[in-house]
Amino acid sequence: MNDQPSKTISILLTLLSYGAVVLLIVLPVVLILHEALRQGVHAALETLKDPEARSAIRLTVYVTALVTVINTAGGIAAAWTLTKYDFRGSRFLVSLIELPISVSPVIAGLIWLLLFGRQGWWGTWLAHHGVHIAFAVPGIVLATLFVTFPYVTRTLMPYMEQQGRATEEAAFLLGAGFWRTLIRVTLPDAGWALLSGILLTTARAMGEFGAVAVISGHIPGVTETMPLHIETLYNGYQSVAAFAMAALLVLFAMTTVLIRMFLERSFRKQHL
Amino acid sequence: MKNVSSRRYVLKGTLVLGAALIAGSGLSSARAADYRLLNVSYDPTRELYGDINRAFPAFWSKTHAGDSIVVTSSHGGSGAQARSVLEGAPADIVTLGLAYDIDILAQNGLLAANWQTRLPHNSTPYTSTIVFLVRKGNPKSIHDWPDLIRDGVQVVTPNPKTSGGARWNYLAAWGWALRQPGGSEQSATAYLKALFAHVPVLDTGARGATNSFVQRGLGDVLIAWEDEALLASRDLGPDKFDIVVPPLTILAEPPVATVDRNIQEHGTEAISRAYLEFLFSPEGQRIGAKHYFRPVDPTIQAETASVFPKTTTFDVASLGGWTRLQKAHFSDGGIFDQIYSH
Repeated sequence: MNDQPSKTISILLTLLSYGAVVLLIVLPVVLILHEALRQGVHAALETLKDPEARSAIRLTVYVTALVTVINTAGGIAAAWTLTKYDFRGSRFLVSLIELPISVSPVIAGLIWLLLFGRQGWWGTWLAHHGVHIAFAVPGIVLATLFVTFPYVTRTLMPYMEQQGRATEEAAFLLGAGFWRTLIRVTLPDAGWALLSGILLTTARAMGEFGAVAVISGHIPGVTETMPLHIETLYNGYQSVAAFAMAALLVLFAMTTVLIRMFLERSFRKQHL
Repeated sequence: MKNVSSRRYVLKGTLVLGAALIAGSGLSSARAADYRLLNVSYDPTRELYGDINRAFPAFWSKTHAGDSIVVTSSHGGSGAQARSVLEGAPADIVTLGLAYDIDILAQNGLLAANWQTRLPHNSTPYTSTIVFLVRKGNPKSIHDWPDLIRDGVQVVTPNPKTSGGARWNYLAAWGWALRQPGGSEQSATAYLKALFAHVPVLDTGARGATNSFVQRGLGDVLIAWEDEALLASRDLGPDKFDIVVPPLTILAEPPVATVDRNIQEHGTEAISRAYLEFLFSPEGQRIGAKHYFRPVDPTIQAETASVFPKTTTFDVASLGGWTRLQKAHFSDGGIFDQIYSH
């Protein structure tokens, strides 16, 4: 008698969440695919062969790979430092690391423009020496690094905190060096968290629009990533090309999510 | 042990490689006879410069056989694009919506102050004008500027703070109001205030506004570049839209220039100048007319006269010139801020 109303509520809530997911996630994805394939699969694939489209895909893959590698290394270092050592200001450091999550991506782009733009602090000096950062690939890498910086640290920290320090201290006492301890003891334990953080970083890096848009200059074939190229195509009335590219980006993102789900499941099986 | 140390090298190697890639990709090397030009342009010229960029290499090859040339264009709101070039976007050429945006670059030393006298027709290879795009059959019977402020009419125009096209729209309305019997700055301000009360959204660029009107079906009338309106009505939906040319409107002159500082750095002086000359050549003028930009060459004008509706126009100089207009209307606290905030 007593759990009857709560059961109704739970069914209602489940239906509601499925409804929301269908309405807000499944439907838009289906619409994107529908628009992309309006003139057939062949026409959609043809648009992806365009040199500017290929350049955008290459740039997105390149930036994502580079950013993921750098932020994984940086994220591990930050999480290790913050959980295994006590020092003054560590709380403050955590807040700083989280900053990119709360700051609008437009600001992330503007920061780099303030530093490396021709009107910025170092831009003129750098340009004089033939180094181009704003409106070139390095600027896009920096902007993406900034917005994806927190993910590995944030997903690793709770696991590392849970681990405590006993295993590392034991490893050190038994004569393992820093790297050996990190690679053999700490990371395998936090494996799932680390992979989850890496995949989050990858997904976010692929999709970043705002920060990149500010510093890229929208040069097709040179500094346009996939999200930027989608906008350019859409504004040029090339709907099929725009949605084909969008569908490809969605595919990339879904692959990342599926890998994450699969890994999570196999990890759970292993540990439960 | 070996295993650990080799992993260490892999990690270090990845970091070094990453750093090298960052540094390396920023360095550009220009080889002779292998040109990459960047034309930083405004919103509605995407199709025009797509064609120009494909046609220009053949024009250049007549005198410089064997060179390899890739021209790319970047598009956005005119003001925003000027800002990018100012911040260091590597434009060889700027083809913007209005002279004021190139003046700003000149003020910051990117090109000579007298840039507008270096090419014919005030460095304007084509002109345009401001017209109305309405739904098929003109259901709200819009024919002239006063019709825009009738009850129940929704007007789509972008934000004049960010869009060059929007500034032309605004000044067309301003100039028309000034020229009415008993017209004064007060009566023109009152007209603009009434007009912007009919604007439901302010897009940042002309193309965004066209998309709002054409693809999202917003509003009853789009104030637009003639070329944008002709593109929308003839190519996107011949059975969906009509063009209304008001009896009096503005002569829009979007100018072009080479960015002197950048072409010196890139070693692209000669070819960038040739690109601009190509715009004034008969072939360039015909490509312009094909995309509904009014040619300035009298021969091509005669050839393409049937494409363009006749109307009476006034130019920006007759309203006081860009520097004065910019300060009075579009600066912070200017007339636009006053009419739009109330």
